[in-house]
Amino acid sequence: MTQTEETTTTGGGRGGGGAKTAMRVIVPLQGVVQGRGGLVLGSIIPCALFYFLQFYLKRHRSEPDPEPTPPDPPAGLHRVQSRLVLSPRGSGGAAHVSGRANSVARQADTPYYVGLKRVSEDPYDVESSPDGVIQLGLAENKLSLDLVQKWLAANARESILGRDLSISGIATYQPLDGLMELKVAVAGFMSQIMEKTVSFNPSQIVLTAGATPAIEMLSFCLADAGNAFLVPSPYYPDLDRDVKWRTGVEIIPVPCRSADNFSLSTTALDQAFNQAKKRGLKVRGVIISNPSNPVGNLFNRETLYNLLDFAREKNIHIISNEILAGSTHGSEEFVSMAEIIDSEDFDRNRVHIVYGLSKDLTLPGFRVGVVYTFNENVLVAAKKMARFSSVSAPTQRLLISMLSDAKFIQNFIKTNRERLRRMYIEFVDGLKQLGIDCMKSSGGFYCWADMSRLLRSYSEKGELELWDKLLNVAKINVTPGSSCHCIEPGWFRLCFTTLEKNDIPIVIERIRKVTES
Amino acid sequence: MTIEVEQPSVELSKIAVSETHGEHSPYFAGWKAYDEDPYHESSNPSGVIQMGLAENQVSFDLLEEYLEHHPQEASWGKGASGFRENALFQDYHGLQSFRNAMASFMGQVRGERAKFNPDRVVLTAGATAANELLTFILANPGDALLVPTPYYPGFDRDLRWRTGVNIVPVHCDSSNNFQVTPKALDAAYSRAEAMNIKVKGLLITNPSNPLGATIQRSVLGDILDFVTRKNIHLVSDEIYSGSAFSSTEFVSIAEVLESRDYKDSERVHIVYSLSKDLGLPGFRVGTIYSYNDKVVTTARRMSSFTLISSQTQQLLASMLSDKSFTQNYIKTNRERLKKRYQAIIGGLRNAGIDCLEGNAGLFCWMNLSQLLEKPTRECELDLWNTILQEVKLNISPGSSCHCSEPGWFRVCFANMSEQTLEVALTRIHQFMEGRKTNGGNLNF
Repeated sequence: MTQTEETTTTGGGRGGGGAKTAMRVIVPLQGVVQGRGGLVLGSIIPCALFYFLQFYLKRHRSEPDPEPTPPDPPAGLHRVQSRLVLSPRGSGGAAHVSGRANSVARQADTPYYVGLKRVSEDPYDVESSPDGVIQLGLAENKLSLDLVQKWLAANARESILGRDLSISGIATYQPLDGLMELKVAVAGFMSQIMEKTVSFNPSQIVLTAGATPAIEMLSFCLADAGNAFLVPSPYYPDLDRDVKWRTGVEIIPVPCRSADNFSLSTTALDQAFNQAKKRGLKVRGVIISNPSNPVGNLFNRETLYNLLDFAREKNIHIISNEILAGSTHGSEEFVSMAEIIDSEDFDRNRVHIVYGLSKDLTLPGFRVGVVYTFNENVLVAAKKMARFSSVSAPTQRLLISMLSDAKFIQNFIKTNRERLRRMYIEFVDGLKQLGIDCMKSSGGFYCWADMSRLLRSYSEKGELELWDKLLNVAKINVTPGSSCHCIEPGWFRLCFTTLEKNDIPIVIERIRKVTES
Repeated sequence: MTIEVEQPSVELSKIAVSETHGEHSPYFAGWKAYDEDPYHESSNPSGVIQMGLAENQVSFDLLEEYLEHHPQEASWGKGASGFRENALFQDYHGLQSFRNAMASFMGQVRGERAKFNPDRVVLTAGATAANELLTFILANPGDALLVPTPYYPGFDRDLRWRTGVNIVPVHCDSSNNFQVTPKALDAAYSRAEAMNIKVKGLLITNPSNPLGATIQRSVLGDILDFVTRKNIHLVSDEIYSGSAFSSTEFVSIAEVLESRDYKDSERVHIVYSLSKDLGLPGFRVGTIYSYNDKVVTTARRMSSFTLISSQTQQLLASMLSDKSFTQNYIKTNRERLKKRYQAIIGGLRNAGIDCLEGNAGLFCWMNLSQLLEKPTRECELDLWNTILQEVKLNISPGSSCHCSEPGWFRVCFANMSEQTLEVALTRIHQFMEGRKTNGGNLNF
């Protein structure tokens, strides 16, 4: 009887982190010891020993270190980290949980999540709860649900089960990265919402249960724990979770300023890159959202080309989150990263696009996200990772049907855009009456409002005070710029797509309560 | 002379290029062979029969019948408002009605010998995601989980790949039907210690894959004592709980905890899914049931990466809450699986092949060690390859399940029709007859 003695260890990866650090100290030490100098010997060895002692203590401390705070923008309510560090000792000395699990617990107190919680506890309803909190903090689009609903009422059953109501077609194991038919349908949809400026190859698609795992998947594929991505700020709050939580990858914000209409400058990219270098962080890529969230602006062609040049120069990746491409409502043209890369063959390997049906098709509950990559190796890895976040089969069947209904989709895209545009204009006008200006925006479900003149102090503290007043006095939930890592205080994201038209005057009146106090 | 500088290609992460996903093992290679030449009753009767996929197709008709009599389940039940909420619903708490249904179903599968609280149910897109998620929560990169061998080949990927966590095997052997012993547990733990690896938990599969057998109550007690002594977590993957051939033969860790008044239960977490028992792997429905509040909260938040489609939750909530349906389904499914099992065991016995005595699951654990020239992994893989290429059956070699004894194979029987199973048994019979005539001179 042969005993196969094996411990299956991971190949490289984070398991070797400790050993690697040790090596960085040992190797030069060996050089020294081999007789290159007594003075050096006398100084390096104690330093090395001190280093080892620290390292040893770190590894065996019962509580893992908290996440390093980002350098530039203020950390927002993350400051309460120290208060929130939960003791790993549960009842009766129960087994500890991991450092990753502990870091998750800290995020619940940030304004973004506090606001969402308040709304769920006391939601506004025009009839039954007119004094409830109005939700302006969730980037969800309810404006066109009636269209989808009508389609489903007429088509759902057959779409899911087929004409013979057979379950075996959808019940059994399917390719875990999505049915080819759905990939084809999604590729067609993506092309359509981008006004056919570019076509997408279904074979380069990996379907995931939402854009959230799509972004995490790319983070796992393109960076190692301890590496970093550059992300233009302000950026949407959940990106911190999507990129960093389980991967151990860092985000270095690249601040954009109101003076530039919050557009991305190569200078800022360079600065952020160099800063990362100084901190010893290896940058693996840039993540952009286009249309951007929370500002709602589009990247123009020149900026995208500059970004590509930058990525080429540093030999890093670009992730372009284009999940709101179908939710543009202005007159500006939307340019996909796919369009840029079409003509520049060599750099295809560094470009990856994230998409999903949550925003443009207004179906976040169905959980459909897309990783679209030009890189064969990333495609192979992502396909294997898809098993951890696959799209449910009946949902896939349903969407294949829906997306293939060309007439419906065409009408939906057009109508949805019109409704977005009308709400946007009316909402921004309403705010203007209060003396609140918004950054010009061409897409998304929100406006980016400048409330800085309402701050008692021009600081993050002042901003959070105002946020609190808006939540508890005006009873509206908005997202403060600090939750989005904005370096200029006083900016707020207000989502208008969860409102009915009649709600707008109510919202404006409520804000007036605060502006006039 | 111009020197051409080749731009270095942009790099991927270590995880992306590592082999830890394990997809180059024979377990997966056999699937490729099947994909290229799949058996079909009429159009390809000499093709490869897939016996390496643990899928349950024996009770589809029951599901179809239910859907036919409850048409509103496939559409939107509650009508307009129901749909609206549903399409937007991406709360990681999951639909309350669905969580209630899952908790109730899990209780039923255990013959109501254990009760499950819906507030402890965390939903994930499949058990694959549930196991990975728990690993992220319970262990740091570089730490380890103990896993008894032989184990499901997918664990190498699910528990280790993106998490950076190691697996330290707990060796079991045929001398006691591959049951876990305190001695083996201690030995594995010591081995980890010697390698300076921190053990954070033990993961058991009950009923076991690939053994096709339930873990005995006394062994569960020993396991619970062990994890308490070492102050580590226990994950019990009970994905095959509804596939035990008789309800009383399966003892869930939940029952053992109940008998101990839930003392020290915060270290215990159960993984479940509808992929095997209900035969719905395509739906991607998994759950983590944890007795630890912090793990529940954390798992819930992390489930954002692997939410179940709200439409699917809605579809299944009513079906799983329908007690008359579920009771009948569970009972009938068990009976049919038992029948299949008896058919394959009988057929193998006629061919002179013994199997481990099993009482659950969608597969049997077959012993072909007597056919090996030498008791080595290489000989086992040669035999596996012969069976794949000549007998045209894709079965799973024990080595891909990290079995310490060569010669064992996992053979699935529930993912095909009865007729196909007959064909497979005939082929095996012929193969064994062929070996007898050759006087055992074939080299494996």
